Amino acid sequence: MQKSPFILEVKDLKKHFPIRGGLFFRRKGTVFAVDGVSFSLRRGETLGLVGESGCGKTTVGRCITWLYKPTSGTITYDGIDMAAIHGAGLRKIRKEVQMVFQDPFESLNPRHTVGHILEEPFIIHRIGNAQQRRRAVSRLLDRVGLPGSAMDRFPHEFSGGQRQRIGIARAIALSPKLLICDEPVSALDVSIQSQILNLLLDLQRESGFTCLFIAHDLAVVRHVSDWIAVMYLGQIVEYTDADTIYKAPLHPYTKALISAIPIPDPTAATHRQVLSGDLPSPSDPPQGCRFHTRCPFKVKMCEKTAPSLQPADTASSAPVHQVACHRAAELAQRQDKQPNLP
Amino acid sequence: MTGTDNRNTDGNTPLLAIRDLVVSFATDEGQRIRAIDGVCLDVKPGEILGIVGESGCGKSVTALSVMRLLPKPAGRIESGRIIFDNIDLAKLAPNRMRAYRGSRISMIFQEPMTALNPVHTVGRQLVEAVLLHKKNIGKKEAMSIAVEMLEMVGIPEPGRRMGEYPHQLSGGMRQRIMIAMALSCGPDLLIADEPTTALDVTVQAQILELIKRMQAGTGMSVIMITHDLGVIAETSSRVCVMYAGRIVETADVKTLFSSPAHPYTRGLLASIPRLGTRRKTRLPVIPGVVPSLSDLPPGCRFQNRCDRVMDICRSVPPEPTVVGTGHTAACHAIGM
Repeated sequence: MQKSPFILEVKDLKKHFPIRGGLFFRRKGTVFAVDGVSFSLRRGETLGLVGESGCGKTTVGRCITWLYKPTSGTITYDGIDMAAIHGAGLRKIRKEVQMVFQDPFESLNPRHTVGHILEEPFIIHRIGNAQQRRRAVSRLLDRVGLPGSAMDRFPHEFSGGQRQRIGIARAIALSPKLLICDEPVSALDVSIQSQILNLLLDLQRESGFTCLFIAHDLAVVRHVSDWIAVMYLGQIVEYTDADTIYKAPLHPYTKALISAIPIPDPTAATHRQVLSGDLPSPSDPPQGCRFHTRCPFKVKMCEKTAPSLQPADTASSAPVHQVACHRAAELAQRQDKQPNLP
Repeated sequence: MTGTDNRNTDGNTPLLAIRDLVVSFATDEGQRIRAIDGVCLDVKPGEILGIVGESGCGKSVTALSVMRLLPKPAGRIESGRIIFDNIDLAKLAPNRMRAYRGSRISMIFQEPMTALNPVHTVGRQLVEAVLLHKKNIGKKEAMSIAVEMLEMVGIPEPGRRMGEYPHQLSGGMRQRIMIAMALSCGPDLLIADEPTTALDVTVQAQILELIKRMQAGTGMSVIMITHDLGVIAETSSRVCVMYAGRIVETADVKTLFSSPAHPYTRGLLASIPRLGTRRKTRLPVIPGVVPSLSDLPPGCRFQNRCDRVMDICRSVPPEPTVVGTGHTAACHAIGM
């Protein structure tokens, strides 16, 4: 069988959470955390998933690692439908799909030594004997730039950046094929962020894993990604390669998101499109286009009909560019003022 | 407004002058560590001064010292002066500090949910603030001032919002309420401690615009504390860069970004990923980590991470050296 170029295919993924309360814990409403997300991830590449809090990006990551069971939709990993797999098959996937979490303070067991934390994946998957495992752990520490003496110390003895290195070491212990990084640098200081981003880039170059990089900071995501999907209220509103997303964004939300990023250059002219209002609640998303309540370009149709993610009909040179906006083509033609970027 | 008459209008006299401020904290082991050690800075009337640095560098401690809100009994001002309007706030009796805090110097915090009282309505908290500092007005008048303030910070339907509780509002709204409350008494100085760190980027843009608009409208001074150099570039006119309890560089914002002098500032500016940089390439980094405040090396505090470290850096702490007009940096390598 010909291997598909895609290691991961997500089709129409939905994850709804019930809101319960009152007498007998009745269902009072639903949070539409992820509501119809589809994308494919090519082997060895990195897809960046960006969006603001509550847009569902973390939920997507957790559905892929099977930490959440999707409400509907399919997740196909390496040609296998995740919903149909149990037992040994699932264990194999769990070994190949690993996750790096945002908070390196909460995702490491404080009572275990670093050596124990890093040895655990090998024990669970019954790999090697004690001596081999110990050697593997010290190799791991070396790969993520920690001293071998770290093995016998506890997580609290390390700084945030070092702890994230431990988290990354654990995630790459079993040589995963797919690494899901959920906001891996947002809890870290600026000077440490770049160290961790470099480490992730180096490791990917060495081992060639595929990466789903979830973060809210578009500048960070763009730096490590090949492709970018912008999410808003549980849906992808724009998908294209990481250069096109900031050179020629089409969706009004993407444009606003880019123009809202404070540029570390006081001489940069900002053509800021400040969005009015707040993110609507994902438990009560607006009818029609979900962005219409904040969109400066909305027309009647946007309030009624939800736009679907369509290939953008523009002259731009991007080979793949999808956008969910009724007026994308028209707005692109109007050559709206783009923010000046350094 | 309180304090309007004796407001500093002379552009050269600083509104706030901090000199050689040393603040220490007690650790669990019974030692005292210096969270800030010899901080000197000026805030001129009508300017936005940015203080930038990473966690633990002492930027918030500096702000809390000015407000005299250091956690007690752990935090203590050891020495130094905080001169505000010819008064040394560092030595002011707590009851006299109340005449300044909230009315002439206000502060907004990173997480508005923890700064607002969850069991009182927004209106009640705003009215309380107004009544506390303006003695000769009635409750009705205070109410109308509060509604006016909410309108000014861009809250839709301010009358209705007055009756709502903080949890009913979004993060951006809460921060607007905090700003309304902080500005209700017309302060001369607003200290904003990471005011947008907890907010989404599109809401952050709104709040930064609001702070800039309010500053321009009232002519107050603002201290903008942040870890985000982007926020600094967009809001501040002058910047202090802090590292491990000391100010390492001070300059006007354009100079700082175009010709940073201190190796730390340079490293920091180089290491941030920007939208224009080449993708998937290694970013320049500052190696290593910030030294622990309880175990500082003698000499320069940046020595273990500096690419220009010399012998003198390991023994003598560098003093601020003039680099250009209004531009100082504490580094031995300057002028060499």
